[in-house]
Amino acid sequence: MQRQGFIDRLKAIVGDDYVIAHPEDLLVYEYDGSVDRAMPRAVVLPASAGEVSRTLALAYQEGVPVVGRGSGTGLSGGALAPPGGIQIAFTRMNRILEVDTENRTATIEPGVINLDLDNHVRKFGMRYAPDPSSQKACSLGGNIAENAGGPHCLAYGATTNHVLALEVALEDGTMVNLGGPAREVPGYDLRGVFVGSEGTFGIATQITVRLLPLPETVKTFLGIFPDIESACSAVSAVIGHGIVPAALEMIDALSIRAVQQVTDAGYPEDAGAVLLIELEGLWEEVDEVSREVESALWETGAGEVRVAEEDRERERLWLGRKTAFGAFGAIAPNYYLVDGVVPRTRLSQVLRKVSEVSEKYGIIIANVFHAGDGNLHPCMLFDGREPGVTERAMAGAAELMEYCVAVGGTLSGEHGIGLEKKQFMPLVFTDADLAVMRRTRDAFAPANRLNPGKIFPDDDGFYQIVPQPTPPPGDTGMYV
Amino acid sequence: MADSEIRAPAQLDAGGGAAPTPADVPLPWAEPAEPLNREPGFRGVDVPAEADLYRCVHCGLCLSSCPTYSTLRVETESPRGRIALMKAVHEGRAGISSRIVSHWEMCLQCRACEAVCPSGVPYGRIMEYSRAQVLAQGKQGGNLKRIDRLFLRAALPHPRRLRFGAHLLRLYQKSGLRRLVRASGLLKLLPASLAGMEAQLPELTGPFFGPRRPVYPAQNPPASPPADGATANRPTPTVGLLSGCVMPLMQGATMHAAVRVLTRNGCNVAVPPGQGCCGALNLHAGDLETARRLARRNIDTFLAAGAGKDGFKIITASAGCGSNMKEYGELLKNDPEYAEPARRFSALTVDITEFLAALPLTPPTGRVPRRVTYQDPCHLAHAQRITQPPRALLQSIPGLELVEMEASTMCCGGAGIYAMTQPELAGQILAAKLENINNTGAAQVVTANPGCMLQIEQGLNAAGGRHQVKHVVDLLDEAYGG
Repeated sequence: MQRQGFIDRLKAIVGDDYVIAHPEDLLVYEYDGSVDRAMPRAVVLPASAGEVSRTLALAYQEGVPVVGRGSGTGLSGGALAPPGGIQIAFTRMNRILEVDTENRTATIEPGVINLDLDNHVRKFGMRYAPDPSSQKACSLGGNIAENAGGPHCLAYGATTNHVLALEVALEDGTMVNLGGPAREVPGYDLRGVFVGSEGTFGIATQITVRLLPLPETVKTFLGIFPDIESACSAVSAVIGHGIVPAALEMIDALSIRAVQQVTDAGYPEDAGAVLLIELEGLWEEVDEVSREVESALWETGAGEVRVAEEDRERERLWLGRKTAFGAFGAIAPNYYLVDGVVPRTRLSQVLRKVSEVSEKYGIIIANVFHAGDGNLHPCMLFDGREPGVTERAMAGAAELMEYCVAVGGTLSGEHGIGLEKKQFMPLVFTDADLAVMRRTRDAFAPANRLNPGKIFPDDDGFYQIVPQPTPPPGDTGMYV
Repeated sequence: MADSEIRAPAQLDAGGGAAPTPADVPLPWAEPAEPLNREPGFRGVDVPAEADLYRCVHCGLCLSSCPTYSTLRVETESPRGRIALMKAVHEGRAGISSRIVSHWEMCLQCRACEAVCPSGVPYGRIMEYSRAQVLAQGKQGGNLKRIDRLFLRAALPHPRRLRFGAHLLRLYQKSGLRRLVRASGLLKLLPASLAGMEAQLPELTGPFFGPRRPVYPAQNPPASPPADGATANRPTPTVGLLSGCVMPLMQGATMHAAVRVLTRNGCNVAVPPGQGCCGALNLHAGDLETARRLARRNIDTFLAAGAGKDGFKIITASAGCGSNMKEYGELLKNDPEYAEPARRFSALTVDITEFLAALPLTPPTGRVPRRVTYQDPCHLAHAQRITQPPRALLQSIPGLELVEMEASTMCCGGAGIYAMTQPELAGQILAAKLENINNTGAAQVVTANPGCMLQIEQGLNAAGGRHQVKHVVDLLDEAYGG
């Protein structure tokens, strides 16, 4: 009775058509891009900030936890419903409200798709720089929750560097504004602390982002290497020359073959690894740097270097990179992405460890990652229908994450902690570190009604497939 | 829920951080012990293959390509959602309920998602098998059931009945009887869906295409023999043209144009008697039995007419038919007698634009000074991945200006019988298409599939005016001087 009452009251806020509550329909809201699933109690599809606020107020009053959902492409379970909770799906709030060409900002609703925004502002000679590989599907609201990265974040920084102002609904429906149109605002940088809070602080209902002018020249290199070690030394050589490319991506042999099976991106299938390097800037500058990049590639053992200057060729090269995770479906039905970040100089050492782990646990691991900033993405490919294999994959992932931390790295570069990696938080954070984080959350959401059960290792209430890792190698407080 | 149950942060911490779960709410994330409904699941041989279903890693990259998701913005009407429902049925978590069927039937089967899927999920195929399961359990939606019985089974497979019906329809439209019926209000006595169908009946204005001879001879056989002696004495190639079902009746002029364009390009064009509908619409509706029967008939007819010998290819001017015929191999893979000929037939099938663009084309010399825009038929662009050949052909026409519309590969909402089974959503999808067309300022829309021609023409004409949507070969024919 009470359940029906609650759903009816949600319908009164957003309209009958925009509350999804039948269990058969909810089957399609129980997943995101990750391996977990959790069925929400209902999905609400609001059309305005006011509806979001009223939905939150009602849920707060009823004691129902809430999570925002963009397109459901996340890889850490961030948008999965908390137990008994509802999802607020932003697919209808997808309007680009304003593009200010003079001040180079855009104000949008959170359901706007990343690539739609970028394509729209390109008509005005501008771009939105963060470009997650899922950019043609993922929403800006989700990008903010996870502080999403992308290949071009090497030069331009992750989402947090591009968000100026946020209108946010708090857990009880109160509306607040964080940040502002200026680069610097007085007082605490609440906008900064909100970006990447994985939906636990509040739910953004309107976003103002910074736009960048389009570069005069773009040049993309495909360096083809016989093995992954030489590709790693090329990464060090390029960075060692003092060059900061716009993007520097590595794709290993297995990923090349997976991609090429479905999408012809022009990667040679017999290569040991390829590097995708993009330079941007003034013509003279790009011209000069590109000679240095080329010689760095040849010196480190590239078998071939291809250059793409035409849009069509560049798009083809990038299409392969951007569809790589999806392409793993051609190898195995499940993947678990380890989002570890390591110092660039340790790349080849860590990749050796990846092959060891692959052998030890009998799990195929593909590597396609942001080499330029050391953000590894070893992807454990497995078939969850085979008994025991999920546990093996997770144990392997745990060993890899521990290793990343041991060599001076950290857990996640851009996909968030969510459900999947929360057990690993003690690897990098002390109890005191985590307590500060928790108190910060409490400042925004004292009742912990927003996306509970994520990020913090001792927030239970969720079924978990991730086994406990071994205790951290010594306490380090350096990451707070 | 009383306010007292809202826990303070301190309690949360002290309590080991258990998330606040209202006590009266069952834990819905836990796997239900019971399936969500009591309906049966997938049964028999014609089911979506597990290997196909589990290629989907729910990455979501298909979402933006899907016309129904783009319009309705809900995951239940997305490719990823429809696959999740198939997986749920496959896993026994749910049976095939009418609710699940409604989401599958909302799918246009345009296969845009398949073309962008990074892991290569064969979406068209798994949707066809899911529809077959729906049909086997008698759970088709009302509109689809009616059209399936009245049209897909009773008319399409029977060329003579179709032709007879077309004559009646033309008579109805031309004699003034239609004006009488519409004025009389008789239509109001029909159920709304039937009255709607009356309004959607295509205007049969052009000539019918009834092949007058078994083979149309090449008009100008390759004049100068190729330089290398080896192929110098090559005989004039014969190709087989699919006349199919409704295209010769609704777009007879285009069929005549196709014959003229092929013969001008040095081909003898055979239109083997005994052929008929390719069965695509039956297949899309899940009627595999009829689809297979029709496939076998065409395989027999074309192979007996010489397909495969001396470069004899099977050509179609309908993208939907071509896509289906290229997949006869899959459709009949378990048929011991036909599996091999079906594969052979599929390998011989080419779309007319694909065929012509690969030739050293006889250059069209007549000017067609017109600004046109090209709509990619879904079953050409997505199912057959053919997008450049039709454009290359259009660009070979002197004076013609091709302007690209936004989202030219997005479905127009026609989608076979979709405009009749889901008129409301088809209308919304069509409206978006018409806006993109209007933004180009083109004087004419060109495409390469009869269904798209009908749907877009009706859309344009409903907004006022007398537009004619043309096939690529219509314009080529015009440039050749007809």
